[in-house]
Amino acid sequence: MTRPIYLDHSATTRVAPEVVAAMEPYMGDRFGNPSSLHALGREARAAVEHSRETIAMHLGANTKEIVFTAGATEANNLALIGAAFASEERRHIITTAIEHHAVLHTAQWLQSQGFPVTVLDVDAAGRVDVDAVRQALREDTLLVSIMAGNNEIGTLQPIQEIGTMCRERGVLFHTDAVQAFGKVPLPMDSVDLLSVSAHKLHGPKGVGFLYVRRGVKLVPLLHGGGHEGGRRSGTENVPSIVGLGAATEIAFSEMEKLATRLRGFRARLIEGVAGIPGTRLNGHPTESLPHIANFSFEAIEGEGLVLKLDELGVAVSTGSACSSPDLEPSHVLRAIGVPMSTIHGSLRVSTGRGTTPEEIEAFLEHLPGAVEALRAFSPFKVGDRRVH
Amino acid sequence: MYTDRVMDHFRNPRNMGKMDDPSAVGRVGRVACGDVMWFYIKVEPDGDGREIITDVSWETFGCTAAIATSSMVSEIAKGKTLEEAVTITNRDAAEQLGGLPPIKMHCSALAADALNEAIYAYLTERGREIPEALAKRHERVAKEMATLDKRYQNLLEAEGEQTGSSQ
Repeated sequence: MTRPIYLDHSATTRVAPEVVAAMEPYMGDRFGNPSSLHALGREARAAVEHSRETIAMHLGANTKEIVFTAGATEANNLALIGAAFASEERRHIITTAIEHHAVLHTAQWLQSQGFPVTVLDVDAAGRVDVDAVRQALREDTLLVSIMAGNNEIGTLQPIQEIGTMCRERGVLFHTDAVQAFGKVPLPMDSVDLLSVSAHKLHGPKGVGFLYVRRGVKLVPLLHGGGHEGGRRSGTENVPSIVGLGAATEIAFSEMEKLATRLRGFRARLIEGVAGIPGTRLNGHPTESLPHIANFSFEAIEGEGLVLKLDELGVAVSTGSACSSPDLEPSHVLRAIGVPMSTIHGSLRVSTGRGTTPEEIEAFLEHLPGAVEALRAFSPFKVGDRRVH
Repeated sequence: MYTDRVMDHFRNPRNMGKMDDPSAVGRVGRVACGDVMWFYIKVEPDGDGREIITDVSWETFGCTAAIATSSMVSEIAKGKTLEEAVTITNRDAAEQLGGLPPIKMHCSALAADALNEAIYAYLTERGREIPEALAKRHERVAKEMATLDKRYQNLLEAEGEQTGSSQ
């Protein structure tokens, strides 16, 4: 099989060869448990701490502020649940309608446990209004959680302003930075809690971290041997943590250069797709992560389009209902008001480190034919506003 | 996720597209839930006076399973008498496709329903008697569509206000 043109980097990324090389010894000779006193244990401990130092350095953080987790879902759960249960008087939580389910469903669960939750709407480009956050803040607000950049449409949020405002009001500010970390600079001065996953930046799956500003109290989700300063028990996933450190090193050393290249791809994708009738860009034209572009195609359904493109050797994803386990269209596309007539025909194109200009051009060459093939037997025509 | 036969029908859909001069059309589904299927039938008498579906075609908005089951149902129905065609079930289509993922079973349901609706329309438009099984199925489909309309009414109204457009 020839390798597909992989334009689904928001779903996951290939582990970089340098990262694999860094991890390998820790699945072989250097297999020690970091808690062991002997030489093998000390070697593993050194590797974990080296990774922690790398991450802390690039974030301008203290090593004690990095808590390794089994990915960003856990980091988000730890941030929200940990902060909520550690809070004595404040109980109110604010988040947005376009958060990843790892935040949104956690907030909903907290609501079921008696923590009042406010879910803020976003505008048509997916931006949260800073004033709306200000108005939602209450005397008893304990935490505001707003993602740095959206995983489906790419829209960036004004997290610096929001975080600063929260700080002034004594409210914790958490940001899910899964898509933004290593892609765009993060305003760490305004952030109390920040979630990251390794596999979105050419690291391994199943590992991530939560940045916890010094002084922020969290109740742990996992109880046990008291690892990670008592905030996350369980023997450290040494090879993966080493991989996360290596991936972070690469991402930060390349960040500006890569972001510029990916922004160029995004502009070209937007220009290319605009040439196809009956399409729209979902998300913000400019205030966006460099690597994500989301489009809607009238009169067709996204799952078929993904599989048509898959046949042509292109890997992308969709927010259509047919592709989701609950048969509901993407909550993000609904929140930005994508019309019901086109909400099922969305396509997310996300580029990465290995993407080439030739791949972008090949995708843009394949796309019109794939769209046309599906429109050929659609009961709807471009421009239709009918619903049945 | 999908069988080879599903992918074959998706890749090479049979009898697809609009029919110019159909005897009747059946329409089911709603855009808001991601599936809309229109079935066109051409009905002609054979030498023995039986009514045969001599041609079928379809237009489908929906996922891969919806497209493949439309294609399959059209293939099964072609050449059948009306009496035979009304007995085509969703399970027939799914089985002949080598199975569908459980969550996609409703797609095969829609394709068979759309064919059924076309036959219902054919008989109704000619003032003909409707067999009980067909009438029951039509009632169920109508009820389901009404439920969907209700479910999406608020969303669509809110949208209409924003865009100033309607269906």
